[in-house]
Amino acid sequence: MLRYLLRRILMLVPILLGVTLITFSTMHLAPGDPAELILRGRLGGADPPRQAVEELREEMGLNIPFYVQYGKWLKKVIQGDLGNSFRTGRPVLTELLSRFPATLELALLSTLISLGIAVPVGIISAVKRNSFLDIFSMIGALLGVSMPNFWLALLLMMFFSLKLGLLPVAGYGGFRYLVLPAVTLGTGMAAMVARLMRSSMLEIISQDYILTAKAKGLPYYRVITGHALKNALIPVVTYVGLQLGWALEGAVIVESIFARPGIGRYLHESVFARDFPAIQGCVLFFALVFVFSNLIVDISYAYLNPRIRYEKGME
Amino acid sequence: MGYLLNIENLETSFNTGDGVVKAVNGVDLVIEEGEIMGLVGETGCGKSVLGLSIMGLLPTNAEVKGTIAYKGLNLTGLPEKEIRKIRGKEIALIPQNPSTSLNPVLKIGFQVAEVFHLQQRLPWKKARQAAIEMLRSFDFPDPGKRAEEYPHQLSGGMKQRVLAAMGIAGEPSLLIADEPTKGLDALIRIQVVEILRQLVLRTSATMLLITHDLKVASCLCDKIAVMYAGEIIETGPTRDILSLPRHPYTRGLIASLPSNGLVPVRGLSPSLIELPAGCKFHPRCNQAAKDCAQKHPRLEIVDDGCKVRCLFNDQNCKPEKKLFHGSFQKEAG
Repeated sequence: MLRYLLRRILMLVPILLGVTLITFSTMHLAPGDPAELILRGRLGGADPPRQAVEELREEMGLNIPFYVQYGKWLKKVIQGDLGNSFRTGRPVLTELLSRFPATLELALLSTLISLGIAVPVGIISAVKRNSFLDIFSMIGALLGVSMPNFWLALLLMMFFSLKLGLLPVAGYGGFRYLVLPAVTLGTGMAAMVARLMRSSMLEIISQDYILTAKAKGLPYYRVITGHALKNALIPVVTYVGLQLGWALEGAVIVESIFARPGIGRYLHESVFARDFPAIQGCVLFFALVFVFSNLIVDISYAYLNPRIRYEKGME
Repeated sequence: MGYLLNIENLETSFNTGDGVVKAVNGVDLVIEEGEIMGLVGETGCGKSVLGLSIMGLLPTNAEVKGTIAYKGLNLTGLPEKEIRKIRGKEIALIPQNPSTSLNPVLKIGFQVAEVFHLQQRLPWKKARQAAIEMLRSFDFPDPGKRAEEYPHQLSGGMKQRVLAAMGIAGEPSLLIADEPTKGLDALIRIQVVEILRQLVLRTSATMLLITHDLKVASCLCDKIAVMYAGEIIETGPTRDILSLPRHPYTRGLIASLPSNGLVPVRGLSPSLIELPAGCKFHPRCNQAAKDCAQKHPRLEIVDDGCKVRCLFNDQNCKPEKKLFHGSFQKEAG
C-alpha cells in the first residue's frame, strides 16, 4: 500500500511540470501583446504610444527567449509567487487563497449532494430494473444531464428566492447562500453519477458471486449492500474524482450567476479584464486541484479494490 | 430412509426474446436421505437450471411448474421470504466456477464467517473463529492468515475449498454441487473430487452432484440420473448404469469417456426452444426407428431401481461387454 502510494506521488512530479509548461505557453501563444493590453487598460482603451509599450515589454521580460521566461516564471511559482494581478496590483496567490474557501465549500457540498442523490437512485434503478421507479429516475437523470447549469440556476433563483422568498437570491455568507449554487451544481453531476451507478450495479448483480451470496440465504438488501455495492462503487469513485474538474468548470458559471466570490468567478472576471497573471494562476490552480483529486481517487480505488492494493505491493 | 427431496413433473422455462426456452421438461427425481445423486448430462441439458430451481435462484424471467417437495414442503411457488430460510440452512449450493463465485473485494474469512453468523447465529467474533477452523479442516495451511486474504490471492483448488467450506458451514441437509469440476485441469479435478469425498464422509450429508463428467459422478455417487434436453432419460444405481446402460445416449456418454477412446455422440444437443417431437434424442440416436420420431417414450421402470426412457428398452436390456473402465474408483461404499 505504502509503495503504491509513493509511486503515485512520484508520478505527480512530471505531471505537474507538464501542467506548468502548458499553462505558461498557452498564455504566451494567445494573441495580443500583454504589455499593450496593460497600457490600454491604464489609458482607458486608448492606443498606447509605441515607446511606452516597448519599455513595458522590456520591464516585464517579454523580450527574452521563451524558455528563459518559463524558467524564471517556474522558479517564482515554486516559491509561491504567481505574479501580481494587472487589475488590482495585489499578488495573485493572495487573491486565490482569499477566494478558495468559497469555491471549496461549493465543490464539496455539490459533490455530496450529487452522491447523496445518485448512489441510492442508481442502486434502486438497477435493483428494480424496468420498473416505474427506474424509468422515472432515468428520465430524471436524462433531464439533469441535459439542463445547462445557468438555466437551472435561474429557475431555482426565480422559484426559491423570488417566489417563495426562502433563500437569498445571490451573494456570499452563511449556509443559506450556499444552498442554491450547490444544488445547481450538484444536480448536473448527480444525473451522470446515477446513470453510471445504475449500469455498474446492473453488471455486478449478474455476477456469479452474487448468486453465491443469495445461496447463502442472505436477505436481498444485504446481498446488495454487503456484496454488490463495494464492487459497483469502483467505477463510480473513479468518475467522481474526474467530476471534480466538472465541478470547477461549473463553478465558473455558477459563481458568476450567484455572485459568489470564488475562484471560478475570479477566473471569469480575469478573462474579461485580460488579467494574464490572474488567469495563469487560476488555470494552474485548477490543474493542481485536478491532479490531486486524481491522487485521492487512486487511493480510494486501492481501498475498494484489493487487486490493486496488492499489485506488487505488500507481498 | 425417507425421501429428502421428491421432485415431480418439474418444468422450468424462460421467456426470452427468441422464444420460450424449455430447460427442464417434466423431471421426476427422488433423492433419499444420505445418498449422493449424480445428475449427468451435456452442457445445456438443463441440469444446472434444475439445481437452481430447487434453490429458487432463477432469474425473474423463469417460470417453474410442478412440485419440489423438500421434507414434505413444496418449494415451488414459495414466497421469497420463506425460501430464503431454506437457502444455506437446509439446502446449500456449491456454485460452479470457483474463480468467479467468490466476491473479489471481500476477505475469504469474512465470506465463510458470514454463513456461520447468518445460519448458526454466532456473533461475528465466534463466526470468524469457526470460519478459520473450517478452513483448517479443509487443509488450509495457516488458516488464520489465509482468512485475511482476498480470492485473487488463492489458487483454483483453494477457492473451490472455500466454496465447499461455505456450503457446509450452515450444516445443510442437502448439498447441491453445481459442476464443481467444470473448467478445471486434471490435477485440480482430482483435488476437488477428494474435497467432495471428504465432505460427504464428514457430514453424511445428502448431495446432488451436477456434472457433465461421468467419471467424476461415477467415483462419488450412489445413484446417477442422466439428463438430456431437459428430461431424465435414465436413472439407477451407479454400478448398474455404468455396467448395463440401457439408453443409447447413456451408452454414447460412456463411450465418449477418454478411457474408452473418446468416441463422441454424433450431432449436437437440440435447441431448447424448438425441441424435436417424439423421443428428444432420436435425431442423434443410431438405433432410432420410425416410431421414435412420433412417440414420446415414458420413463419406465426396467428392473430394481433402474428407469429408462426409450421405446426399445427391452431390447437394449441385453448385457453388453463392460463399457466402463474408471480409473479413480469409489472407495468406502
